[in-house]
Amino acid sequence: MFVDFLYHLRGHGIRVTPTEWLALMEALARGHARASLGVFYHLARAMVVKRESLFDTYDRAFAEFFEGVDRQFDLTEELLSWLSNPQLPRDLTEAERQQIPHMDLETLYEQFEKRLAEQKERHDGGRHWVGTGGVSPFGNGGSNPQGIRVGGSGGGRTAVKVAGDRRYRNLRSDIVLDTRQMGSALRRLRRLSSDDQAHELDLEKTIDQSARNGGEIEIVMGPPRRNRLRVLLLMDVGGSMDPHAALCEKLFSAAHASTHFKAFKHYYFHNCPYERLYSDMSQLKGRPTAEVLKEIDERWCVILVGDAYMHPYELTQRGGIINYGARNEETGLQWLQRLRQRCPASVWLNPESERVWGAPTIKTVRTVFPMFPLTLDGLTEAVDTLRGAKPNIPMKEQAVDPMAAFRSL
Amino acid sequence: MRFSGTSTYITSPELRDIVNVAIDLQKPLLMKGEPGTGKTRLAEAIAEDLGLELLVWNIKSTTKARDGLYVYDTVARLNDARFGDGDVRNIRAYIKHGPLGRAFASEKRMIVLIDEIDKADLEFPNDLLHELDQMSFLVDETGETITARERPIVIITSNNEKELPDAFLRRCVFHFIDFPTPDFMRDIVHVHHPDVEKALLDEVLTRFFWIRDLPELRKRPSTSELVDWIAALRRAGISAERITAELPFLGVLLKRETDVELVKRAASRPRRPGF
Repeated sequence: MFVDFLYHLRGHGIRVTPTEWLALMEALARGHARASLGVFYHLARAMVVKRESLFDTYDRAFAEFFEGVDRQFDLTEELLSWLSNPQLPRDLTEAERQQIPHMDLETLYEQFEKRLAEQKERHDGGRHWVGTGGVSPFGNGGSNPQGIRVGGSGGGRTAVKVAGDRRYRNLRSDIVLDTRQMGSALRRLRRLSSDDQAHELDLEKTIDQSARNGGEIEIVMGPPRRNRLRVLLLMDVGGSMDPHAALCEKLFSAAHASTHFKAFKHYYFHNCPYERLYSDMSQLKGRPTAEVLKEIDERWCVILVGDAYMHPYELTQRGGIINYGARNEETGLQWLQRLRQRCPASVWLNPESERVWGAPTIKTVRTVFPMFPLTLDGLTEAVDTLRGAKPNIPMKEQAVDPMAAFRSL
Repeated sequence: MRFSGTSTYITSPELRDIVNVAIDLQKPLLMKGEPGTGKTRLAEAIAEDLGLELLVWNIKSTTKARDGLYVYDTVARLNDARFGDGDVRNIRAYIKHGPLGRAFASEKRMIVLIDEIDKADLEFPNDLLHELDQMSFLVDETGETITARERPIVIITSNNEKELPDAFLRRCVFHFIDFPTPDFMRDIVHVHHPDVEKALLDEVLTRFFWIRDLPELRKRPSTSELVDWIAALRRAGISAERITAELPFLGVLLKRETDVELVKRAASRPRRPGF
């Protein structure tokens, strides 16, 4: 049963390692679950789930696994049977195998037996632990998993019901929450110029080295710890982007508040960037895109945010621009390709659900930019892609016939 | 050795259980949760309850893992060598232990709080793995190994500024402090304001949770800000009715201009959610 639970968690994407699993077993053998499923719920979570973004996944896995067994599950029996034949999953990777600590399971077994014997003497209540004497060990026994009233009456709610509440849904990392989280994801973009030549005086190390030298001055040079990160943020506003406005605003304020960019520029566009980029949301004040492109180079990271959802003409036709009174001599797709060639480190973040990414224009945009969902996971992946992008990949000017590119979809 | 909470620091039962597991299995306890939910206070409470000395290691962006173990004060030694004070041949006199180092070297069991570990460099937690596992470290300069006689209780807090490495997380017991529910919050407020009138507290709590639920809020007010707000309201002698009508001292709760305006706008809407 226990190994089944471990499998079950791993099946849900919670990669429990052997070290963590054995630590949980040790905690159980030392009586920390007090034979209550409610306590077990929190205990197992503390020992094997190390990120709050996985709590919701854990809740679902837990509720699913213990649904129905809530009343018949005897932790003590389960643990005894596991300890007499301790198993670990067979699908461990080599690295995980390496981590298995040399834990003396025999000792653990003895410890546990001894503890049980003590309990028997005190309670005479069969194999039930702690105070519940003869009562089913699965009530909540004072542990109120909601963790509210202290000293007040606990609820009679079972662990499975608590897990079923899914109170941690908002902490999942595949939905985006707040500016702070985005800020910390963006912070990972920080690339200190470690590959630079050491040409800056490291004062602290110089003093230390000189003092170790008995006062003979020894100069220590180091690479400058300056941040070279330059970011251009281009955001789609208006129309189909309106429902995502709040989310985009959060990303914008996270990027804007980041103090670790050497340079940060942002512009707006509607559906697709063309000849002009706008510095205000109402798209009245603008600058020629060519001018903006001139100011940036391959050291910049470009982050485009948009749903890439538009009429195909807007991407592939001259004059396809959506704004009345404007006319683009070159297609949107050409502008996108130009941007990509200028800055190979570029990504597209899409607030729309990945389910709709099969739409023609989204597919076309994805041939130019790697696209990620605008969620915490997506943002993290995008940052990894930006970090991994080699700044000097020679990219040939692709003579793509936009209409042909579109038809080939 | 069992932790059971203190009169000035209220813990949920599951947090008490998890603290005891971490102590029993001798694993570091990693605490996360919204700012102001009492992560740092927990270490103080454990120290108070168990009667152990608490050593606090506040992490900054420049903190190196070794700083927590020891610092070799080369400059003091040079100074002594030049201007003749003290025995400079004894390097040991210039080795100063950091918080972890002191806890390892101590005869008694101690509690070490590594506060805001996420402030440091990404590699920082990994640099501490060996020391936290083995509870010992080598002083390079003297060749001496210091091994803990009494393994200290290690509490670590993180504010999620950075992701922590997997290898580090694997070794910790993890607890995420949930934001208190209104009932639990009432208990917490009573610890700080034992004689607060019920009408005032009711009004303040309704308002507080209403503000926290506003979706566009940039920074949601925390427990400590609520406690300060109540202090300000009581000091000024403001009645429960006026709280609803005027929302005085919003600046105590909200630290951003945009949030203050947002709340005022939301409050002036004719129909308010939660009322």
